Amino acid sequence: MTAAVLHREPPKAPVDNSSGLAERVFRIRESGIVVVLVLFVAVTAGLQHRFLSATNVQFVLVNTVIFALLALGETMVVVSRNVDLSVGSVLGMSAYLSANLFGSHPSIPIPVVFLVGLGIGLGWGMLNGLLVSVGRVPSLVVTLASLYIIRGIDILIVGGNMVTANTLPTSFTDIPKDTVLGIPYVAIVVAAVVAVGAYYLRSYRSGRDLYAIGSNPDAARLAGIPIGRRVFMSFAVSGAIAGVAGVLWAAQYGTVDSTAGTGYELTVVTAVVVGGVAIFGGSGSAVGAALGALLLATINSALYVLGISSFWDQAIAGFLLIFAITLDRIISVRLTAALRLRSARRAA
Amino acid sequence: MQHDTVPTPGLSEPGAPADRPQSAGVRERYPWAFRWETVLALIVVVIAVAGTTASPEFLTSYNLFNLGLSNGEVAIMALPMTLIVISGEIDLSVASMLGMSSCLLGFLWEKGWPMPVIFVVIAVVGLAAGAINGLLITRLGLPSLAVTIGTLTLYAGVAQILLGPNTVANFPATYTNLGVNAVPYTDGAVSYSAVIFVVLAVIFGVVLHATGVGRSIYAMGASSEAALFAGIRVKRVKTVLFMISGLVCSFAGVLYTFRLSTSVANNGVGLELDVVAIVLVGGVSIFGGKGSVPGVVLGVLAFVGIQNALLLTNFNQEASGIVAGGLLLVSVFLPNAASVVRWSAARYRLHAAKTS
Repeated sequence: MTAAVLHREPPKAPVDNSSGLAERVFRIRESGIVVVLVLFVAVTAGLQHRFLSATNVQFVLVNTVIFALLALGETMVVVSRNVDLSVGSVLGMSAYLSANLFGSHPSIPIPVVFLVGLGIGLGWGMLNGLLVSVGRVPSLVVTLASLYIIRGIDILIVGGNMVTANTLPTSFTDIPKDTVLGIPYVAIVVAAVVAVGAYYLRSYRSGRDLYAIGSNPDAARLAGIPIGRRVFMSFAVSGAIAGVAGVLWAAQYGTVDSTAGTGYELTVVTAVVVGGVAIFGGSGSAVGAALGALLLATINSALYVLGISSFWDQAIAGFLLIFAITLDRIISVRLTAALRLRSARRAA
Repeated sequence: MQHDTVPTPGLSEPGAPADRPQSAGVRERYPWAFRWETVLALIVVVIAVAGTTASPEFLTSYNLFNLGLSNGEVAIMALPMTLIVISGEIDLSVASMLGMSSCLLGFLWEKGWPMPVIFVVIAVVGLAAGAINGLLITRLGLPSLAVTIGTLTLYAGVAQILLGPNTVANFPATYTNLGVNAVPYTDGAVSYSAVIFVVLAVIFGVVLHATGVGRSIYAMGASSEAALFAGIRVKRVKTVLFMISGLVCSFAGVLYTFRLSTSVANNGVGLELDVVAIVLVGGVSIFGGKGSVPGVVLGVLAFVGIQNALLLTNFNQEASGIVAGGLLLVSVFLPNAASVVRWSAARYRLHAAKTS
């Protein structure tokens, strides 16, 4: 595009232009993950056809489900320039307490168990949210502390006990196994939930507010956004989601002790950042974060299928995270330079 | 991480000092009494007294020795972390660098390398690991939180690749003795890792509080840009800090390996959270620019003391995270709450003065 062409555009054009550009960047971010994902699947499937077998695809999808859910909550928190490190501990406590209900009340309906998990998570999430928004304690500190505290309480409750799969009804443990047209139906449900969450973040006022808070808290306050309320809500939702994910975790693994979900917080943050959500807030989408979770699960499975030791798994995930943020940075630097050049041309 | 700063009371109350109530005068006359370090010292004393009443074994040399031994590595890693957090960054990869160094030690020892050579290799790898962190953060301008979560995973992954499911445990006794024996002439109360911690704490303390480099670390933590305009080589200093962190963590990895006489892939997993918690309990601001080495030393004592007191009182040891987490929360929440209260009180007085 030459300068002459730009000059002939009507005065309204620059606004349209920049928003179009911003949208394209959003698309680049997610399409980048999709490209990596497709490449990974193609190469692995080329080397080992078993990779695309129905069983393996189901396996990968079920593995993704829990992290994709957690990533949705984490995205809401991270775009508002906060972080929730307590999700692993919340998941662990909810997994034990909800699965334990089947032992004490054998006839309890499954939806009630999910509600209990949600309630446990919501409670912890609200506590995190209160400390961050009202107590004005940095979220890194709050959730690092609650990571310890929730896990500690979980250990006190659980002690040396564990819930074993034989105390759980089959209708519960079958939840991750049931399929519709070969696709596990939890994967469909979670995909729908992520889609709703992404739509909410992108198109609803309170969702957009989270981005505004994340990109510039001071400006957001001056613009009249109720920062405290929004941040509180994001933590409450993240906690509630972790609670539900805990129930799913129990259904999937069957055996729950006090170590369930240990260390998940870092995997979730990795998935979210690989998925293109900026760690200092303001940009990224829930769909990207879910794709990040899918990518991590795919790599995990690809290594297994290719017979590469799973000991490479972590190193690759770490490398990928650094690669993702480096690439993101380079793109944004280029973009800023291009935008500056363009506005300089326009001014000339 | 929301930058929600509470306005300082001094700025919102420009009135004459004579109008101030008594409490402000006390605050001005005895500023040290209002420092977090003083509060921490009190907490440490309370823990010591409570620990001794709860269990006569608390202050015995045997218990003190074990205390210093089993927490030595975490305490040592907290020192470079203090400087990094004050400079406005964070290093979450410390435990992974410890694990990587531990695995490298086991891996090379099994390959039959002589120990001194292994030490050199470990030191170089530690420096390199820190340099990768530092260069990605300063030269590419990436957020340290994201970079070091990445290298946390990456370095832990390297440790797993090195050793896989193997365990190396046939280290020579001359070295493993260093890990479990007491320093001579100390009545069996002081471990080598405790001595190393004290020596390093003095060095880090002097560098941070008595040199130009130390002042520049505070400056860049308070405002990176202002520090740059003041002629401080922000990027270089930060890179060096991360390299020192890598070196110290590798060294801690060697200590860790010799203490347990084993090198396995998951050595040190999760310790980064303990290290960060100690530094924050020690009064270092997560936003940078504030904190002190004596505070962090007290933080180590408080953190370690509480866990040990609980252990001796037969509290479920694994659940001691409740108290550690509580301490972390209180250490940040209390000063915050106090400044909110002071600020509202000042505003109220200002309002009252205007209307009267």
